Amino acid sequence: MSNIVDRRKNAKGKSINNRQKFLKRVEDQIKKAIPDIINQESIKDSTGEGKVKVPIRGIKEPNFRHDPHSGKKQIVRPGNKQFNEGDKVAKPEGSGSGAGQGKGSNSPEVTEDDFVVILSRDEFLKYFFEDLELPNMIKKYMASTVDFRQQRAGFTKNSIPSRLNIVNSFQQSLARQISIRGVYDQKIKKLKLELEATEDAEAKAQLEEEITRLERLRLTVPFFDDVDLRYNHFERVPQPVTSAVMFCIMDVSASMGYHEKDIAKRFFTLLYLFLSKQYERVELVFIRHHTEAKEVGEEEFFNSRESGGTVVAPSLRLMKKIATERYSESQWNIYCCQASDGDVWSNGDAIDCGQLLKNEILPTVQYMAYIEIKNRGLEGYLWHAYKKLRSQENFSMRNINDISQIWPVFRALFKKKDLVES
Amino acid sequence: MPSFDKEKCRAMFSDPSWDFETIQAADELTTWIGKEYFKLDIYTNQIEIVTSEQMLDAYALIGLPTSYPHWKFGKDFVMNQNSYRKGQMGLSYEMVINSDPCISYNMENNSTCMMVLVIAHACQGHNAFFKNNYMFKDWTSADSIIDYMVFARDFVMKCEDEFGHEEVERVLDACHALMEHGIDKYKKPPKLSSQKENERLKRLAKAKHESYNELLKTLPPASRVKKTKFDKNSKYPLEPEENLLYFIEKNAPTLPGWKRELVRIVRKVSQYYYPQTMTKVMNEGFATFMHYHIIHKMFELEYLNDGFMLEFIKSHTGVIYQPPFDNPYFSGINPYTLGFNIFMDIKRICENPTEEDRYWFPNLIGRNWLDEVIYAMENFRDDSFIAQYLSPKVIRDMKLFAVYDDEDSEFYEISAIHNERGYRKVREFLSNQYDRSYRVPDIQVDSVDIHKTSKLTLMHKIQHEKLLDEHDANDTLQYIRYLWEFPVELHSRNRAGIDEDFMSAK
Repeated sequence: MSNIVDRRKNAKGKSINNRQKFLKRVEDQIKKAIPDIINQESIKDSTGEGKVKVPIRGIKEPNFRHDPHSGKKQIVRPGNKQFNEGDKVAKPEGSGSGAGQGKGSNSPEVTEDDFVVILSRDEFLKYFFEDLELPNMIKKYMASTVDFRQQRAGFTKNSIPSRLNIVNSFQQSLARQISIRGVYDQKIKKLKLELEATEDAEAKAQLEEEITRLERLRLTVPFFDDVDLRYNHFERVPQPVTSAVMFCIMDVSASMGYHEKDIAKRFFTLLYLFLSKQYERVELVFIRHHTEAKEVGEEEFFNSRESGGTVVAPSLRLMKKIATERYSESQWNIYCCQASDGDVWSNGDAIDCGQLLKNEILPTVQYMAYIEIKNRGLEGYLWHAYKKLRSQENFSMRNINDISQIWPVFRALFKKKDLVES
Repeated sequence: MPSFDKEKCRAMFSDPSWDFETIQAADELTTWIGKEYFKLDIYTNQIEIVTSEQMLDAYALIGLPTSYPHWKFGKDFVMNQNSYRKGQMGLSYEMVINSDPCISYNMENNSTCMMVLVIAHACQGHNAFFKNNYMFKDWTSADSIIDYMVFARDFVMKCEDEFGHEEVERVLDACHALMEHGIDKYKKPPKLSSQKENERLKRLAKAKHESYNELLKTLPPASRVKKTKFDKNSKYPLEPEENLLYFIEKNAPTLPGWKRELVRIVRKVSQYYYPQTMTKVMNEGFATFMHYHIIHKMFELEYLNDGFMLEFIKSHTGVIYQPPFDNPYFSGINPYTLGFNIFMDIKRICENPTEEDRYWFPNLIGRNWLDEVIYAMENFRDDSFIAQYLSPKVIRDMKLFAVYDDEDSEFYEISAIHNERGYRKVREFLSNQYDRSYRVPDIQVDSVDIHKTSKLTLMHKIQHEKLLDEHDANDTLQYIRYLWEFPVELHSRNRAGIDEDFMSAK
């Protein structure tokens, strides 16, 4: 008799394990491809559940096989139209490589020179941020937003019916039934012995009555009693949440063109991805400035264009203000990233910024990065003012002028201390 | 006689969406027809409905429900998944495993007609072929393969825990490179079973344990046994051995036991697939022949209506379409077409022979066609099947022709076409094309220097002046070097006994 099985509900993903093994095998290639991927646009949608494609060159599985171009062979083919025995057909130009592939079609070799591995976002980030670490990462636990996790913790006698543990309750019930019945059984046994021993009719009747009474009682032992019931018990375990806030400060004055903003955006995106790998919750604050600073939404931050001169200090003041008001230092890990083309209105402004950073901002933040997007020519006032702070442990500054530099600069900023940059 | 209501069946089978009752009915009907009308002897069927994702899984594990873990399967999975997602590749409607019970995977998105077709094709045709063809009878044990694969999986995983993933992977990589050279063609392997394998391992360990003697360890590790067996001038092995994996498993001087066991596992798996690679044309041809006849019988008995038959004929012609050699879709000879045509022609020759057939196939004339078809199915493999049964009519119908390709010539020469002079040649050449040696180079163990260096010498016998792909051969040689743990040499020798090529891994 045949057996018909519906396997559709079975777990799929039998191949997951083997897929992981394969990914490990091509790890080097994946890592090599990462800078290219950032240069292409694909990372932009990185916040979604997007998937990332990594091209892989075939990994070979060699075996002993014939060189398809060598030898003298008789090959049978279908669909003859005009050939007759003895006809000669010129081999195609550059004989060999061109004809080769169709020829070997008897062997099931698949050409696999270039195929693409599709990584899930998590897998991609794993490769992406490997060897990088967050400097000065101190996990500050949020006092106010503590999450709870339910954890199994044995059994309890009082709870709601949906948590009834039937096996355990039944065990209790069995034990109770056996023990209580045992008492009656013993008494009945004793009385029966007495009954056999007595001759007296009256005493006999009395004993018999007693036995029936006990036997009736014995049957009244309930199957389930309240005392039997056991419920699964859960405990609420507090889960501290580590959180970070990231301030993105960008100069949007007239001198920042599409190209500069694009670089800035990519850099911010990377940083956000990186932070969200490290912290469970990352909040973003966007601040943009020309002559005045303003907190804006993400959309506006990256897309709207403004003109005018540049004054930087107000943006830092605004950041400080927001941080003090909303993100208390004791509960939040504060990160800040500033992107600018380095233009400032006056030297005075630049000096202001330097002071602000040194006295107010750097002591409170975990890490601050400043990237200047321009061709390194003359050192601007801002660069000059910030340069003095370079010795501060939680401050870094870098210059970027091309998309292809984003990844190296990012790696340089966050590489693990004990690793030499490759 | 089954208890099916013909009217109900017609309605059920022409409803494009199927349910389990449909499948059950299709299975029972085809089984009954297969047995009553076509004398099919089959394993019990296990029909499994799977999703496309599960089918991809099955592809990656080359059809087995389970296999040992290895990245190769992951790679195949990723490749198939990519081409499936891009729409470059359709998944097959079914996949069937040579096991008892005979497991077949049917895709959930098959139409009702396709379901009936694949049940007739796989659960009757392939199933009967697995059970009755001599190659499968001799070389595989359908009742224990799944059991054995479970053992293999567990063993490999145990080794990974104990000796590390990297090392296990290297051994398996090396073995996979030699899979085609891990096959016994003349000896019948004993039955497989995970219980027996485990017992065998235990016995081995126990024997080792019992015969262990600390004193003996201090003796020089001279091969005492070998010395008594072979004097200094004798060659080892006495006879060349073409099963390289077997030779390594049994003779590698210092290979640890668990690695030997891994070699053995790959060898057993390779052996299991051996009959399938040797009977592609016959297997598909017979299954197609069978579904064609079973469905027509169902129609004749009024279990199917005209609409069903139209869809069936469309699918069937798709299956047996053979694009000509100059068509962009051409990718070799379609085994379904070739096999189906030959089986159909056996039937035709038995029933309506022509003068030509009387001359070519005197033994078939006037015979019962079903007996002859079953006989052919049971007793041949692709090369012998073609050599025996490829008729002039099939050669003419498929317009087969042979091309002579000499690497030193600037021309291809047409060496035979479908005419009186060409029939025998085409038949011979096509048969050779399905011979294993056409595809797999003949490489055998020639000798081992057992007294000094333990160097392994392999001999490639050049046939039709076909040389090895040098790059691949070198890589493979490195793998053998890794397994053998001593230097390895490979000589390519032509028919005159002269070495044309030589490579080594030190």
